[in-house]
Amino acid sequence: MKIIVCVKQVPDTAATMSVDNGVISWGDAPLIINPWDEYAVEAALNLVADQGGDVTALCLGKEGETEAIKHALAMGADSAVMVSDPALKGADNLAVSKVLAAAIDKIGDADLVLFGQQSVDTDTGLLPIQVARNLGWPSLTLVSKFESLDPAGNKIQVLRTMEEGGQVVDSSLPAVVSITKDYGEPRYPSFMGIRKASRAEYPVWSLADLGIEPPSAAVSWPEVREPESKEIVTEIIEGDTPEEKAKNLVQKLIAEKVL
Amino acid sequence: MDFGLSQEHQMVQRMVRDFAVKEVLPTIAEQDRAGGMAPFVLPRLAELGILGITLPVKYGGQGMDYISLGLACEELEAVDTSLRVVLSVHNGLSCLTILQWGTEAQKEKYLVPLANGELVGCGAFTEPGAGSDFAHIQATGKKDGGDYLINGEKMWISLASLADLAVVTVRTDQQARPAYRGLSTFLVELDSPGITRGDIHGKLGVRAGSTGWISFQDVRVPAENMLGEEGEGFKVTMSAFDSGRYTVAAGATGLIRASLEASIKYAEERSAFGEKLGDLQLIQSKISQMSIDYQAARLLYLQAGWLKNQGLRNTKETSAAKLFATEASFKAASEAVQIHGAYGFSDEYPVERYLRNARGAMIYEGSSEIQTLIQAEYALERRRDKKLRRELPAYDHETWV
Repeated sequence: MKIIVCVKQVPDTAATMSVDNGVISWGDAPLIINPWDEYAVEAALNLVADQGGDVTALCLGKEGETEAIKHALAMGADSAVMVSDPALKGADNLAVSKVLAAAIDKIGDADLVLFGQQSVDTDTGLLPIQVARNLGWPSLTLVSKFESLDPAGNKIQVLRTMEEGGQVVDSSLPAVVSITKDYGEPRYPSFMGIRKASRAEYPVWSLADLGIEPPSAAVSWPEVREPESKEIVTEIIEGDTPEEKAKNLVQKLIAEKVL
Repeated sequence: MDFGLSQEHQMVQRMVRDFAVKEVLPTIAEQDRAGGMAPFVLPRLAELGILGITLPVKYGGQGMDYISLGLACEELEAVDTSLRVVLSVHNGLSCLTILQWGTEAQKEKYLVPLANGELVGCGAFTEPGAGSDFAHIQATGKKDGGDYLINGEKMWISLASLADLAVVTVRTDQQARPAYRGLSTFLVELDSPGITRGDIHGKLGVRAGSTGWISFQDVRVPAENMLGEEGEGFKVTMSAFDSGRYTVAAGATGLIRASLEASIKYAEERSAFGEKLGDLQLIQSKISQMSIDYQAARLLYLQAGWLKNQGLRNTKETSAAKLFATEASFKAASEAVQIHGAYGFSDEYPVERYLRNARGAMIYEGSSEIQTLIQAEYALERRRDKKLRRELPAYDHETWV
């Protein structure tokens, strides 16, 4: 079985975002693998441990930004592919989805393509669906469990975990799957994996290598600004007894039309 | 000259940090209050390979270099000193000392299970009546046929009640002059008949760790368990301290960082006199000093780690790193408490734990006074490193992995 895991590098979750001259900035925060993608790598590694096969990490980004790919390799991915092209600067989700679909096509023979459920920087959660659409494959989002997987019979059954509850879904393979946190904690990279990853070499494909033109973006960003800050006023509700304080609080909430 | 960490080092740093923050940090305040090491800590450190991080793969280790060991110590102590102490005594005092001085048979028998965490090691050097004055320890080893009979008491031994093996230095020659020439070191299995051991309670700090005593009464140890040759015990022990002090220095650097980060967070949240604490210059002064101390302590331990990687003697540099980082970590933790005001005085915030934990490192593995004397002796050229019969091996990627 061949699994491709799409990984993205994002600023450290502890980073503070700001807008500098109309451009979103994360300061000098170090880049890390998108934490949601670690769950996808974990799922891929467990699936090939059960079924055999191999895991390829696929990342789109600047050529020197290797953190996400190296992390996936250190966790145990067998190989990696980077897609990098100056023409992709400012690409939106739709454009990225077309490029990833072309790369998945070029890698070839994938039974499953896994994503984390969203990325911590842009937080849309749309990419798995868009990639599936571009590939013409089924899209199984918010998956927390693989109930069954039969690569030979091209069948998969997953549990989707949503706010409304669980949903068991049958699908054909190949498919695109996004993995939620409920799947289970991802492993830490092993020291052996770290050594292997730090010395690993992998191909870097341009758009020309993929045989596609730079996809046009559907979303433009005419202006980026920080939201206006709101003045927050704190008022301590007075009263001689807890009951009186509660009564005064209720009256205040009614007066403010909160209740 | 490159001051940046390699990608491999950064990944080691992140992996150890993730473990400590995800698995230990959530319950460390509770564990510190309860006292003693949480039962999951040693098995988890073993499972993740952290116990054998800086040992060659052929001895069951993970094949990472000495800088990786330092980085791991920094990350562990940024969460709690008790975690770093495990690496100091298991990897520093025990494993690296066996790697340096052990015979191949000793390495096969002990280093392999220590590296993979089947055995936990410690170093038993200090005694109730002798710490800094190590040349005058009282515990004895007397030749008896093909064995030695060990008698005496060792105290302030980290992991005393949890370890399986101890590197123990005792006096084997009462007549030797100077006295340090009469010391020898042994590898002692701690389930041997005649050994009793226990924990020390009522410590100021490192309460989530294990510190104890070991008593030896006619403990029979085979002669082949002698580490180094007879009379080399002082040199073996000082080598152990060169490794252990390195881990203490790196760990104390992590404690400075933790104090700094806690102080910045609090100073940016709390207001006084109509301003954030972080806008007040007296608070900025404290934070500035912590930041400078962190940078300096880090450079000092990384320098020592680099020297170890090259196979160069580093007693002077490691001692300086240990002295500077431990003193600075106590100052940083104290200032962090001050910045937190009354809240810093309670265990609602971690800084009081940092302060209690920082104090011990100014005493153990060579007190600040001993490190100061070492530095003076080097500066005044009253101390010169002589080549040892067995040096700590350089890090060689080809042979270590």
